[in-house]
Amino acid sequence: MPERISTADVAHVARLARLELSSEELERFTEQLAAVLDHAADIAALDTAGVEETAHPLPLVNVLRDDVPRPSLDRDEVLSQAPQAEDGRFRVPRILGEAP
Amino acid sequence: MSPLPDGWEMVIGLEVHTELRTQTKLFCGCVNNFGSEPNTNVCPVCLGLPGSLPVLNRQAVEFAMRIGAALHCTIQASRFHRKNYFYPDMPKDYQISQYDIPINADGWLELPDGQRAGIVRAHIEEDTGKTTHVGGGGRIHEADHSLVDYNRAGVPLVEIVGAPDLRSAEQARSYVDELRAILVATGASDGKMEEGSLRVDANVSVRPAGSGEFGTRCEIKNMNSLRSLGRAIDYEAARQVVLLGDGEKVSQETRHWDEAEGRTHSMRSKEEAYDYRYFAEPDLVPLDPSPEWRAAVIAALPVLPAERRTRVASAAGMPADSDAVVTVVRLDLDPFVTAALSAGADGELAVKRLSNEVAAGLGSGHPLDPGAFVDLLRLETSGALTTAQARTVLKTLLAEGGDPATIARDRGFEALGAGELSSVVDQVIAENPAEWERFAAGEDKLQGVFMGKIKAATGGNADLKAAGALLRERRLH
Amino acid sequence: MSAAEIAADVAAGRRSALEVVEESLARIAGAEADVHAFNLVTAEVAREQAAAVDAVVAAGGHPGPLAGVPVALKDNLCTRGIPTTCSSRILAGWLPPYDATVVGRLRAAGAVAVGKTNLDEFAMGSSTEHSAWGPTRNPHDLDRVPGGSSGGSAAAVAAGFVPLALGSDTGGSIRQPAALCGVVGVKPTYGVVSRYGLIAFASSLDQIGPFATSVADAALLFDVLAGPDPLDSTCLGDPPPSASARLGAGVEGLRIGVVEELAGADGIAPDVRARLDDAIEALVKAGAVVDSASVPAAVYGLSAYYLIAPAEASSNLARYDGVRYGVRRDGVDIGAMYNATRSEGFGAEVKRRIMLGTYALSAGYFDAYYGQAQRVRTLILRDFAAAYADFDVLISPTAPGTAFALGAKTADPLTMYLNDICTIPSNLAGHPALSVPFGTGDDGLPVGVQVLAPALGETVMFQVAAALEAAAPPAPVSLPRAAFDGGVR
Repeated sequence: MPERISTADVAHVARLARLELSSEELERFTEQLAAVLDHAADIAALDTAGVEETAHPLPLVNVLRDDVPRPSLDRDEVLSQAPQAEDGRFRVPRILGEAP
Repeated sequence: MSPLPDGWEMVIGLEVHTELRTQTKLFCGCVNNFGSEPNTNVCPVCLGLPGSLPVLNRQAVEFAMRIGAALHCTIQASRFHRKNYFYPDMPKDYQISQYDIPINADGWLELPDGQRAGIVRAHIEEDTGKTTHVGGGGRIHEADHSLVDYNRAGVPLVEIVGAPDLRSAEQARSYVDELRAILVATGASDGKMEEGSLRVDANVSVRPAGSGEFGTRCEIKNMNSLRSLGRAIDYEAARQVVLLGDGEKVSQETRHWDEAEGRTHSMRSKEEAYDYRYFAEPDLVPLDPSPEWRAAVIAALPVLPAERRTRVASAAGMPADSDAVVTVVRLDLDPFVTAALSAGADGELAVKRLSNEVAAGLGSGHPLDPGAFVDLLRLETSGALTTAQARTVLKTLLAEGGDPATIARDRGFEALGAGELSSVVDQVIAENPAEWERFAAGEDKLQGVFMGKIKAATGGNADLKAAGALLRERRLH
Repeated sequence: MSAAEIAADVAAGRRSALEVVEESLARIAGAEADVHAFNLVTAEVAREQAAAVDAVVAAGGHPGPLAGVPVALKDNLCTRGIPTTCSSRILAGWLPPYDATVVGRLRAAGAVAVGKTNLDEFAMGSSTEHSAWGPTRNPHDLDRVPGGSSGGSAAAVAAGFVPLALGSDTGGSIRQPAALCGVVGVKPTYGVVSRYGLIAFASSLDQIGPFATSVADAALLFDVLAGPDPLDSTCLGDPPPSASARLGAGVEGLRIGVVEELAGADGIAPDVRARLDDAIEALVKAGAVVDSASVPAAVYGLSAYYLIAPAEASSNLARYDGVRYGVRRDGVDIGAMYNATRSEGFGAEVKRRIMLGTYALSAGYFDAYYGQAQRVRTLILRDFAAAYADFDVLISPTAPGTAFALGAKTADPLTMYLNDICTIPSNLAGHPALSVPFGTGDDGLPVGVQVLAPALGETVMFQVAAALEAAAPPAPVSLPRAAFDGGVR
């Protein structure tokens, strides 16, 4: 049974999720998340040995499509929704490093 | 010569990503095309627009299975997973990939030197968009801002993870070469490192020679050619040995190869491994190719490079790992060997000429005609042309095309018939009885005298080998 | 008027679609300021669509089974060129370049879309109070919530603005507001209605479904929405079950199970239980065999759901990063931009769930939380399967109580989550379920009864729902409609 969620945990997941929290929010969210996880502790106690996960309620397998082109979107329509565009591309502030 | 001091060995495992030659992207119908105007091959799915959903491309699965089969992997039922992280070239800020249950697992490939390199897995995943950094010389750390093009986002990839079975930069290059040839043979990939359809990352570690343990490894990225790959591996292995020799530890990290400076730079520490929070992709259903489909893929596999080398080797009576055989297959010249054999010409000679003169002269101007090649082999084998003359004719064929016999005649290489040569030899013997008696008695060095006289008598058109053979034959009687 | 009647009149040329839509727009104009069902009323587009339908009729063509029927669309459904915000600041003003599949099907059926309805932000909530654009109010009592997350759609139908609306249901987001607003709300079998164009909350749970004032109208809309879609890998390829096939067949001889774990749960208000008992009585009278049923693992549904749904949501909502669309808050570098954009763009409930979900998936916790929850899902499926060996359908209350006051449950997230105890198990199992109005609580506010069926069991589910509807006590007319007096049922 995992330990109770701490503010350090919440700060960590906030970073992973790219959310900036004030210290007040950090405290409040920690309390609220802890309450939800405490409630969810009832399933932690369940014996599920040998039980498979249901990632999907459907019995579907092998849904495939043919390798045939379909029309793409009009670039102007796409870029019209971009917060910032330049040279037919999406502009973003400087990226500091490579992908993780 | 090893770049490492005595007592050390390097251990290398390569991760190769290849783009698949499908018409459309992995999960949508946008065209899979290199070089289009930015953001013109995009749709809600590959842009990751709210509400969009992926649908798997059947041809991508076919190609992935071909690759697995060609690498002797087990093709198995598999799932897709989400790999979650933020980066601007990622439209959904997660990549759909395969995690613990990949479509292909546990295979191997045979290097030209005969050694087997293990393949851990080969799985399907989607490619990311492309980012260009603006300002600061285009390098990421000095840029002012960046621009993103999503044409490449969603292009199908297969990632091939090799076991840490390689022990030198040369072997690593050989592995990539062989893998590329296999991928191209399956039709799944066009294998172009320069265009980015084939990308290689290297996991490099070192250890005391003979040790069974693995040292800490670093992942090296940004090698854009085989040459870079070799240089980077040698540099990195040497760097690690120096560190360890100084009593320091190698940090497990990702390092970036700088081609201009000839060194690797640390990018990020892999010690605190990024938490990708993999979970099964709920927008896709499991993939379980039917036994019939798998069997069809295996049955339809083309002849792969290793098998081609075996065939050429047996045609030539040479070892499969010899340079000549490897070269012939690498340059796709084996059809010429086949043509030679079918025509009853000399296989060994064919391989010799192909791996030397033809290899050197490829692209000189004229595609070599198999029929002409075979005719030339015959002329040389029968002694009608000397080796030197045959080489010259071959060069001409490669440059201009044409017919060997005609070329020979035009150059005055009067094919000296076997009967003619025989008469000349007899004549020279008759004209030099004293020397002949001494040669016949065992003074071998007199052969040169006779050769000179035969050469003079034939105006240089004699096949000296054949002449020498005739002299020795006469001596026996 | 019912949707079916409107469609028949318009197709026959007895009424024009334009006339029908003007009436709808007038009703909206009259009471929308009080109810706030809509984020956006698309009057001009609606008139254009109506005119197009009339043109088809005039040319002697077939305008479709929903000819001229005004429909409201939950604002998490993509509508090309029309702002689609999910009631979130982060998508303020976003214009999708494409239509959701269901939106196209509605148009092809001749329906007329009159606007985008309010929801809890990104469909996360049970009251529509978590909308960035302000709450929707229950038309039966403007100081109360309409339920959520599809509160706007439920209210639009309850207020008489439109006869039909679309919502989405991940943990009860159609059924619970339907119950609180006194209308019919349906969640299809997972995979029967395409999710292409539905802005995702929890991908393995989300389904789009109808709101209507009658079971027959809901069935009509359901049959238009359902069916294969090559753009959605999780959409079943076979022809869907028919909602309408056995609407009038009655319940004689059907075996109906009352799910004890839900009906007898701690939080169920006595008056809600009493209405369920009334419903049971009515079913018995109509010839059904009603007995106690057990789905033991259902009690773990809430816990499993509040791990699975946020986990999938945390990944689905990662794309809102200010790069390609939506709102951006600039930063000195991209990391700062991501943080600022997401922190300002998302409301508190969304942030809570993203963090909860990220935690449940994170290294070291995955197996205990997300993995375990997915195993519990299997247990729930097994228990349902066992129950359906003995019963054709199951019933339970839909919501634990009647509509609560605005602000009553927002202080503590867990309190709000408890609204979903009866609805969640069907989402986890992928089974269809619906809510049909059945009487009122002690406070005179609507109460709904939930009918649950096995996967692809829509035909018998609607069959039982129709019987319940026929036996239900007269429903309260909601305030705005009473004010109209044009409020035709």
